[in-house]
Amino acid sequence: MSANASVVATELSKAFKATRALADVSFSVERGELFGFIGPDGSGKTTLFRILTTLLVPDAGEAFVDGLHVVRDYRELRKRIGYMPGRFSLYQDLTVAENLSFFASVFGTTVEENYDLIRDIYVQIEPFRDRKAGKLSGGMKQKLALSCALIHRPTVLLLDEPTTGVDAVSRREFWDMLLRLKSAGISILVSTPYMDEARLCDRVGLIQNGTLMQVDTPANIENSFDRPLFGITAQDRYRLLTTLRGYPFANSVYAFGESVHYTDRRNEVEPSMLVDFLQKSGLTDVAVRPIGAGVEDAFMALMDE
Amino acid sequence: MKIIEAQRLTRKFGDFVAVDAISFNVEAGEILGFLGANGAGKTTAIKMLTGLLSPTSGDATVAGFDVYSQPEKIKKSIGYMSQRFSLYEDLTVAENIRFYGGIYGLSARQISTRRDDLLERLDLGHARDDRIRSLPLGWRQKLAFSVALLHEPRIVFLDEPTGGVDPITRRQFWDMIYETAARGITVFVTTHYMDEAEYCDRISIMVDGRIEAIGQPADLKKSFDVASVDELFVRLARPVQA
Repeated sequence: MSANASVVATELSKAFKATRALADVSFSVERGELFGFIGPDGSGKTTLFRILTTLLVPDAGEAFVDGLHVVRDYRELRKRIGYMPGRFSLYQDLTVAENLSFFASVFGTTVEENYDLIRDIYVQIEPFRDRKAGKLSGGMKQKLALSCALIHRPTVLLLDEPTTGVDAVSRREFWDMLLRLKSAGISILVSTPYMDEARLCDRVGLIQNGTLMQVDTPANIENSFDRPLFGITAQDRYRLLTTLRGYPFANSVYAFGESVHYTDRRNEVEPSMLVDFLQKSGLTDVAVRPIGAGVEDAFMALMDE
Repeated sequence: MKIIEAQRLTRKFGDFVAVDAISFNVEAGEILGFLGANGAGKTTAIKMLTGLLSPTSGDATVAGFDVYSQPEKIKKSIGYMSQRFSLYEDLTVAENIRFYGGIYGLSARQISTRRDDLLERLDLGHARDDRIRSLPLGWRQKLAFSVALLHEPRIVFLDEPTGGVDPITRRQFWDMIYETAARGITVFVTTHYMDEAEYCDRISIMVDGRIEAIGQPADLKKSFDVASVDELFVRLARPVQA
């Protein structure tokens, strides 16, 4: 095990009755790294986080977090990790300030002692310090939960889908906070169903059906997409989609915001060939340009395999 | 034909103005993306348009019915689906269809015909007697959408229908939205995925209870001089701090 590793998981497996939640998942996270698990609901992200936070015992395999074994050393380990579960799990009947001091005292510390770590986040909710946690808006609950997960100065922070159901603006703000925490030297494991958040991680693991499909930097994942990819636009987008799907040479056809991402079965394809076909099919304002793949393109290509 | 007409529709809770005099129309067969930050007033607006909450002032009709005096008629004319509330997990696929068909007053014959059509279209015949709980999320969401259309409503409200769904299923779901709109059914949809906003015929962006922008994605991007709906959203939608 690398001395610099913050998390090392080896062939972790977990099943719930007949349902396989995790199958032979292995990876490691360096100290100070921001590592993202990207995958849809039900892919195994939460099970993995529950094993790493000592809340669930794996059926097979083992994991170390901050050098401690997740089963044997669970008591010591719980002091070192900060965990923000997917469901809001603070005390709804306690105020903002009460929740924070409660979590500090549980971990044998005080808010004052570690205030510097949470200051940037906590000042945004401090005006509401006497409001009950249950009465906060979604974005503020999330900031309070993050403050509570940090108040004992953990070495590793595990955040399970912190941005699910959160609007695009608040998501950006949340990621800004994570990047600041990373620069304070905290290792961060974060899971998300939003593929666009992958780019903000040092490395990501793409997870689907309990299996880690790929672990790499976002740039390498994008570069591993090995087919020429085209972004195509036309006047009638739905007709463009259905027309391309009916094209005998089409390999993949996916809507991507304002354009359609397309790969071809042939090895040599020129944009003009596609323009010709689409115009002959009656589409107007056709534009085809070669583009680089994003993490979402790579994820779907892996799902298709 | 206009399926929703709202004029200065307003809802207050005490001193707080959750929805502040919004005016807009939605045409039959249109896909309207209803965007806004958390707390901008989207949910309150949807509750008024679905007959669940009476407005404080302003006017609105949905499918030709008045939101003040005919909320029950509105409820019968609309379909509704959200990520949080859709199907009963302890009931099977067929039981859910029968239950919702009954709620909407369909006859036993209508229910069984539409059930068979629906299962065939979704290629879910093999799962007919499976409990919802045992189905993958993507199937559940597609099924919930179809069940929301079982009584052939003229408009369907989809509240974050694709949250947490894998990227391929998310796109299949949008194919269903396009097919539904092509049959003349209006689709009123909320989402936090900004790429999905680009798929709508028109989008509206709510900020602090008001509609700050409404129009075709391409036109809005041009008039605000931004490259994407994402950029437009970030520029307009300051999150509510309260």
